[in-house]
Amino acid sequence: MLSHIVHRVLQSFGVLAVMSLLVFAGVYAVGNPMDILVNPQSDQSEIARATAALGLDRPLFEQYFIFIGHAVTGDLGKSFAFNVPAIGLILERMPATLELATAAMLIAVLLGIPLGLWAGLKPRSAAGRTIMAGSVLGFSLPTFWVGLMLILVFSVWLGWLPTSGRGPTVNLLGIPVSFLTAEGLRHLALPAANLALFNLSLVIRLTRSGTREAIGQDYVRFARAKGLTETRIVGVHVLRNVLVPVVTVVGVEFGSVIAFAVVTESIFAWPGMGRLLIDSINVLDRPVIVAYLCLVVALFVAINLLVDLAYSWLDPRVRPGATR
Amino acid sequence: MRRLLRVLFAGSTLWALPVPGADLRIGRAAGVTSMDPHFLNIAPNINIAWHVFDALTHVDEDARLIPGLATSWRAVDPTTWEFRLRRGVHFHDGAELVAEDVVFSIERTLKVPNGQLGIFTRRIVAKEIVDPYTLRLKTATPYAMVPYDLNSVFIVSRKAAARSGPEDFDSGKAMIGTGPFRFARFARGDRVELARNDGYWGGKPAWEKVTFRIVPTDPARLAGLLSGELDAIEQVPTADLARIRRDARLQTAQKVSWRTIFFYLDQYRDRAPGLADQAGKPLARNPLRDLRVRRALSEAINRQAIAERLMDGAALPASNLVSPSVFGYAPDLKPEPYDPGDAKRLLAEAGYPDGFAMTLSATNNRYVNDEQIAQAVAQMLARVGVRARVEALPVNAYLPKGRKGEFAFAMFGWGSFSGDLALRALVATADPDKGFGAFNWSGYSNPRVDALLERAFASTDEKQREALAREAMRLAMRDYAVIPLHHQVATWAMKKALGYAPRTDEFTFAHHFRAQ
Repeated sequence: MLSHIVHRVLQSFGVLAVMSLLVFAGVYAVGNPMDILVNPQSDQSEIARATAALGLDRPLFEQYFIFIGHAVTGDLGKSFAFNVPAIGLILERMPATLELATAAMLIAVLLGIPLGLWAGLKPRSAAGRTIMAGSVLGFSLPTFWVGLMLILVFSVWLGWLPTSGRGPTVNLLGIPVSFLTAEGLRHLALPAANLALFNLSLVIRLTRSGTREAIGQDYVRFARAKGLTETRIVGVHVLRNVLVPVVTVVGVEFGSVIAFAVVTESIFAWPGMGRLLIDSINVLDRPVIVAYLCLVVALFVAINLLVDLAYSWLDPRVRPGATR
Repeated sequence: MRRLLRVLFAGSTLWALPVPGADLRIGRAAGVTSMDPHFLNIAPNINIAWHVFDALTHVDEDARLIPGLATSWRAVDPTTWEFRLRRGVHFHDGAELVAEDVVFSIERTLKVPNGQLGIFTRRIVAKEIVDPYTLRLKTATPYAMVPYDLNSVFIVSRKAAARSGPEDFDSGKAMIGTGPFRFARFARGDRVELARNDGYWGGKPAWEKVTFRIVPTDPARLAGLLSGELDAIEQVPTADLARIRRDARLQTAQKVSWRTIFFYLDQYRDRAPGLADQAGKPLARNPLRDLRVRRALSEAINRQAIAERLMDGAALPASNLVSPSVFGYAPDLKPEPYDPGDAKRLLAEAGYPDGFAMTLSATNNRYVNDEQIAQAVAQMLARVGVRARVEALPVNAYLPKGRKGEFAFAMFGWGSFSGDLALRALVATADPDKGFGAFNWSGYSNPRVDALLERAFASTDEKQREALAREAMRLAMRDYAVIPLHHQVATWAMKKALGYAPRTDEFTFAHHFRAQ
């Protein structure tokens, strides 16, 4: 197991190196950030001075090696637009995104699995059909539009929930979180629902098809024949088998939700790191873009590792050392 | 569960009417990157800085220079400017403003790492403190723009800002100014909170507490206003104007902005990118170098139609590079009348009876309705035989390409508080030594315009300077150095109980909102 983890970590360093080079070259190809950030009253010498101050007048490879040289000491550079270290900027915005993503995934799992089970056990019932129709909508409606509709209905028409922003935060183990206050929950409700929608539909569909498959299997029929209660059959024998694909997908999706919550964050003016990434791309703020993507890669590696561990707990056959 | 739901949905108090002395919540479109007033010269940052800090000179709603922390200024001799400071102005920490703070602030603009405000102070070669309230600034050569440049230099407290980095401004430690509001809190990407400065020299602001919320998505910002969560918003999309005007609870405030939208056209290369004949073969010579062609393209554009229909009235057809209230505007120039017949005649006369093809480059996320405007202009050009293919790019890809000279006919926008400054950047012959033509992507060059501008910048007499700036404007516009399209109209929307004095420079100032 340990060697497996070490191997994974080494692999991720390779990925990081390749990714940073690609992003570096990509942003370089788009153009000089100074053309966007420059004071419009500047003259030619002032523009040249500003470009040189950030080292942007050097050849690409020289810039990249300087970056790598600093990166190995943990310094990913200072943001061109914010004038503070890029990594600090991202970490400052991370709790908001993690909170939003966790809330969204909780909604997706806690609602999605029961609904999916229901739809799988009673596929022909009215409720089952409604759930499935709803999940098709959840898949196909664009997040942007759904977000605006949620705001229109729940904030503008009904006036129940705030339109945007994050509520007041309190520190939990030194991390600012907003879900511990009523006002914070009110602010969290709409963006979390919006972000959850796609994954909720996904979980419903996965659970339903897993359930449909499982109830036809011999071990379920055998359990029925043994006279086990329906609760035990569904809760233990069916659910456990259904959970394996759900865990895989939820794990991978959790990474995506964190990294690319940007649409929801933009609509609801949620001060997360997805919006930071978009703002940074808009001004070609390379240190932030590179640092952000490095962080996301690290995050994906960590999540995949956790998913692997969860598998081996759920399914003894994939445990390292198990006989195959 | 019911109680929880009731707590969660307790939203009925949102539509509160703003009353004097209460809080004011304003929705802003763009995020603030740094609190340091001497770092970047970008509008969102400067907008916040104007609440906490002052400059020696201010500008009024029409973008005209007025006294700020300096009550008066004059040129003692052609290279020396004397500023008299307002007496009895106090920083938020209680210390009195003196000339040392001004000198410190001017010097700090040159020292901030990666700061971009040096352009406003580098020409000052010597600073002399005559007494605590009198300051003399010397330039190497006669330079009329010192009072204008100092409008961009915020005065920070020497005591609070000495040895302070950008982090100290973001945290508020160094955010000690003389402005109408004290800094309270900066949550990056979310909000900026300010508290009233009761002792403000310009009169006590009406609002106890001001919150600037950053809501970048247009519909969400409008939803915030409609739900009552925000008291006022800026940058109202033109498509929503009608809806807001119908709403009895809301009203708008509009002002012709200083931002002028125009097309620059390649006039310096024999072969410019994207120019071809109707069959797609590159042209032997660059038609845009012919004055008749430039005039024809200008006559082919129906500015009135764009302003009325595409912009829903939120644009004013332009004849100048600066908008009407701005210093150096030449009122005798009139917007080009729409005349496709004459445009065709001119094209035929210039040797293009069948027109030609070109690429029309534009941004798609920078100026109001920019891509739609480009499409409309392309259709109008098609009517006179010029086949324009629209290439719309996000601004981060657009500007670097523009600077590299990859466009022949392209949209651009510029805001300036004097005509000579706009001309210096956009149409003066590019000359790095003089700082002329840094954004002259047309490659236009007219020695007479350059000479007039040089005289204007050396003239410390405002009347004479304005006459020179106007003359330079007339020359450049008659040559179609660029083709002006329109001046944007800036729009704010707010609750009926509020009033705002809208500003040409598009800034949203909390202290200029009043309860009616």
